[in-house]
Amino acid sequence: MDLLSILQVLLKGTLITAELAVISFAMAFVVAIPFSLGQVYGNATLKIITTVYERVIRGVPLLVVMFIIFFGFPSLGIRFDPFTASVLSLGICSSAYQSQIFRGALLSVPKGQIMAGQSLGMTGTQIFIHITLPQALRFSIAPLTNEFTIVLKDTSFAYALGVTELLREGTYIISTTYEPLLIYLLCAAIYFVITFSTNSIVRKVEKRFAIHGFEFRGERA
Amino acid sequence: MKALEVKNLKKRYGDNEIIKGISFEMEKGETIVVIGPSGTGKSTMLMCINRLIEPDEGKIFLNGEEITGSKHPEIFRQKIGMVFQEFNLFNHLTVLDNVRIGPIKVKKLPREIATKVAIENLKKVGLESRINAYPAQLSGGQKQRVGIARALAMEPQLMLFDEPTSALDPELVGEVLEVIKKLAREGMTMLIVTHELGFARDVADRIIFMENGEIIEQGSSEILVNPSKERTKQFLAKFKEGR
Repeated sequence: MDLLSILQVLLKGTLITAELAVISFAMAFVVAIPFSLGQVYGNATLKIITTVYERVIRGVPLLVVMFIIFFGFPSLGIRFDPFTASVLSLGICSSAYQSQIFRGALLSVPKGQIMAGQSLGMTGTQIFIHITLPQALRFSIAPLTNEFTIVLKDTSFAYALGVTELLREGTYIISTTYEPLLIYLLCAAIYFVITFSTNSIVRKVEKRFAIHGFEFRGERA
Repeated sequence: MKALEVKNLKKRYGDNEIIKGISFEMEKGETIVVIGPSGTGKSTMLMCINRLIEPDEGKIFLNGEEITGSKHPEIFRQKIGMVFQEFNLFNHLTVLDNVRIGPIKVKKLPREIATKVAIENLKKVGLESRINAYPAQLSGGQKQRVGIARALAMEPQLMLFDEPTSALDPELVGEVLEVIKKLAREGMTMLIVTHELGFARDVADRIIFMENGEIIEQGSSEILVNPSKERTKQFLAKFKEGR
């Protein structure tokens, strides 16, 4: 196999890896937002439910979640193909982490600003939409990027369920070329390039949405 | 009709009674300055008036309407401006947006009119040239003046000031006090908690001395010079020694 065809195969796997990462990250995002709202603004029951979910999921390794969903669930009559099972597992795990990112971001908006909003006569919803949310979203950009790179790297666990993502394609190539060092290094390089370029893009986004004046970090008002 | 009536206001946290039955009244256009040692419930009392803190007992009336007991405190908060010690500006909004967000979102004024109102009030505090700046690009004194303009843009019937200069560097205190003095001259009804006794003497129609959640003494600014109560004397003596 020449290098070009090796790269072609790896690129095919990279596409699956990217799909896994993007879909599961997006799914986790959608789940995490209401969960973080429940944790911050919910009543006691909601707080307990969301907190238990978050603690349990964060306490179980991703691979175990994958095995439960892919190998365990069929005995309940619930069957997923390897790709779906991987997306679900990655999404569930990441949702717990993302909900913590949003929770922290929501709580980072200074309480004084909420009081100021109240003192103007704003309702709780208005304060959330116009004061808390715009700032909380900005606070979450950096930790969310970090979480995305973690999800991207964690997609390699889908290998274990037989998804033909980047790492598995690499292994297939090794079985014919017997060049594990070169191929695995290539895989590593591809993961690195994706995470590195994601970070660079997001840094630009972050700059675009930065709150002016905070670059020279005066006192926090 | 009084601009503000506070009747037997009480607030406690657990066993600790912070405000022990305070009563006073304000005329329209009157400026009252509240002085007293730290931790005696002055700020808590202010926040009870617009119900940022829920009082335990007592009644509060704004121009004859009862604030306490209303299910919608936000209706009264629109009519009561508040200026905070820590400014509490909205960091993600420009100076202009900080000032017009209340008129736009709460009073539902059309954007152009709200902008006009905002700029008028920013002129009043001398910051019309900084409308596009963000809070973090301003000095403390400028921030506080934006805070005042933000409250004024709601055209309040009463302004509450919670130690408006306590977080400022000494050289920036003057510009904020000037703005408040101007408001007093224009006839704004104001309740001001401050440690600036010189300013209190200049601006106050009446001074209330509070300690341990009670009003110890009240009267004209004369009480700063000739207090009748021993505790007021002790408090003022500490100021003369220098804080």
